[in-house]
Amino acid sequence: MGHPEEASRFLANADRAKWHDQTLWMVRQKRDVATGFVSEWEELRSVASAIKEHTLSRLDDYLTEFESNALLNGIKVHWAENADEHNRIVLGILSRRKIDTLVKSKSILTEECHLNDFLQENGIEVIDTDLGERIVQFAKQPPSHIVMPAIHMKRGEISELFHEKLGTEKGNEDATYLTRAARKHLRDKFLKAKAALTGVNFAIAETGGFVVCTNEGNADMGVHLADVHIASMGIEKLIPRWEDLGVFTRILARSGTGQAITNYTSHFHKPRKGQELHLILVDNGRTKQLGREHFRSSLKCIRCGACMNTCPVYRRSGGFSYKSTVPGPIGSILSPGIDLKKYSSLPFASSLCGSCSDVCPVKINIHDQLYRWRQEIMQHNNGQVQGKIFSRMAGFLLASPFWYRVLSSMVTGISKVFPGALKNSFLVWGNQREFPPVPRQTFRDWFDQNAGKG
Amino acid sequence: MKIGLFIPCYIDQFYPRVGIATHQLLVKLGCDVHYVREQTCCGQPLANSGYEDSSRSCANRFINNFSDFDFTVTPSGSCAYHVRHHYDFIQQTSDVVHVRNSTLELTEFIVDVLKKPLPKVTFPHKVGLHSGCHGLRGLRLAAASETKESAFNKVEELLNAVDGLELVYPERLDECCGFGGTFSVKEEKVSVAMGNDRIHGFLEKDVAYITSADMSCLMHLDGLIRRQGLLVQVVHVAEILNESVYGAS
Ligand code: SF4
Repeated sequence: MGHPEEASRFLANADRAKWHDQTLWMVRQKRDVATGFVSEWEELRSVASAIKEHTLSRLDDYLTEFESNALLNGIKVHWAENADEHNRIVLGILSRRKIDTLVKSKSILTEECHLNDFLQENGIEVIDTDLGERIVQFAKQPPSHIVMPAIHMKRGEISELFHEKLGTEKGNEDATYLTRAARKHLRDKFLKAKAALTGVNFAIAETGGFVVCTNEGNADMGVHLADVHIASMGIEKLIPRWEDLGVFTRILARSGTGQAITNYTSHFHKPRKGQELHLILVDNGRTKQLGREHFRSSLKCIRCGACMNTCPVYRRSGGFSYKSTVPGPIGSILSPGIDLKKYSSLPFASSLCGSCSDVCPVKINIHDQLYRWRQEIMQHNNGQVQGKIFSRMAGFLLASPFWYRVLSSMVTGISKVFPGALKNSFLVWGNQREFPPVPRQTFRDWFDQNAGKG
Repeated sequence: MKIGLFIPCYIDQFYPRVGIATHQLLVKLGCDVHYVREQTCCGQPLANSGYEDSSRSCANRFINNFSDFDFTVTPSGSCAYHVRHHYDFIQQTSDVVHVRNSTLELTEFIVDVLKKPLPKVTFPHKVGLHSGCHGLRGLRLAAASETKESAFNKVEELLNAVDGLELVYPERLDECCGFGGTFSVKEEKVSVAMGNDRIHGFLEKDVAYITSADMSCLMHLDGLIRRQGLLVQVVHVAEILNESVYGAS
């Protein structure tokens, strides 16, 4: 099933869809308020975009600079070309130390690599320690949003889930009560875990260190107690200099949740005494995307989630309707680069309203790239020769004044004479909408009779 | 100054009143308006569906039709946006560059080029303004709510000069109406949900009319309004400015 079918399913429950839309719209409003306090907001966006663009243009240089500085700091650096390599590196590190449990803070990259499944198949227990991620892990679901993984679930459902998994009181939906229960449960896991995995929000080439942003402090809790810290990062997470960091910490949380800054901004530069610190640099298709002229800038993304919150389609279709690790507008321009066929409906899951591009703190022209992917998809879709022939015909006919007239009058007289594809479109339009009333004369007729004279 | 009038296909066929209002308004404003009878479609529906390549001849014809004019003016933000923003897939001859630079949406043409006061008109009604996304975020007819630029709105500027008109916005200032061309049928359910939400945003504000500089958004909203028998009417900005709103006193 493509996006339209999944979206229809989501919308079939009108109350929930409305709730989902309003919840995320509220986050967008918080973002508006938070960014409104920063008078130089637009300038910040431009600077952030320029830094990222520059970094991508010399990514190889910055990566090697970063690696050598990280090595000097005592970090063990690994390179993974794809998801499989990444997962094996993690498993290797754990096996060597005979570790069988891993606490993990939020990392969309490990979702992308399906690390949890892989480790569990290899006998390792993985505990997601971000509250939202723990919730979806209990529910055996992927995250539906990159910043708020369980945003699709109502409090009652979480209470039910916690009752089942953590033995909380049935029917107690009090948020404080539930988070306390989760905290207690996780504390126990933290104390026992020998290894902790974190994501990376920003890695700094100049210093060889990296920064992890969380709201719950769960990354620190894991890392500070464990003997082994593994950090996984996509190679696009680099920034050149220490002084660039402030630009990004100022835009990240404001864009994503409307906070001035995430509650925790944790800096890691070298292993603690007696601790092993591993950093895995993952490509997994990023170099390919870097080589695609029109889509390169999608790698500027700092995963703030703002484009999801603002997207009128995402809000009304839910994260799962995209069936890709990163949903929403940014997912719709990243995913086709991973599997064009599988994700071919995503670039069309947009009205091209452009709100994503205007909200994006690093100024990715998301809606332009959606348009561009549409061209790529139609050029590649060998299955649909019909569509291609039809479009050629339409292109030819619409360019000819004569045929344009004929076609137009057919449209106004509608359907009987029409080829299937068009007729279907008409029928779909008419499901819930009236057709425009057909006027007595067209503009052109009017012009000929009135203004055109003399 | 020679003005070429571009009337998009759906306005020609379904909403000639909008084409007429645009023509009459430009004449009232003292413009030398020409309507090229050989005009067809700008190619946007094909290109937005991923068939940019097949729309090449539409684009070339558009250029041929309008290269002799100082400005090409159209009552559709979305068509103007397509010509200005997407016509880089055809060879950039001097004609193409000229037409792309001089194709303007009606309200921006009045505000930015003519810079003339409008003839006095009256429209004593509560009117909700819907900003079509291509006009808003594509042509920057107004500051979008996402950006922190200082506020401006070219369409509002014109409507503010209309006597008796009370202009209001829905709670969600400039959310998309869900038309999006082929999106409206490819993603029918989402499109309809967006349209209904938009309409209710206006109904909450008790408007008698919903207006926009883009008729395609209004066509979608009107389809929903009429199917549900709602008490609100859509009207293009040009009709208000030309004082030719059908059925209005
Ligand atoms: S594309 Fe932009 S808005 Fe969307 S998640 Fe990435 S940085 Fe945030």
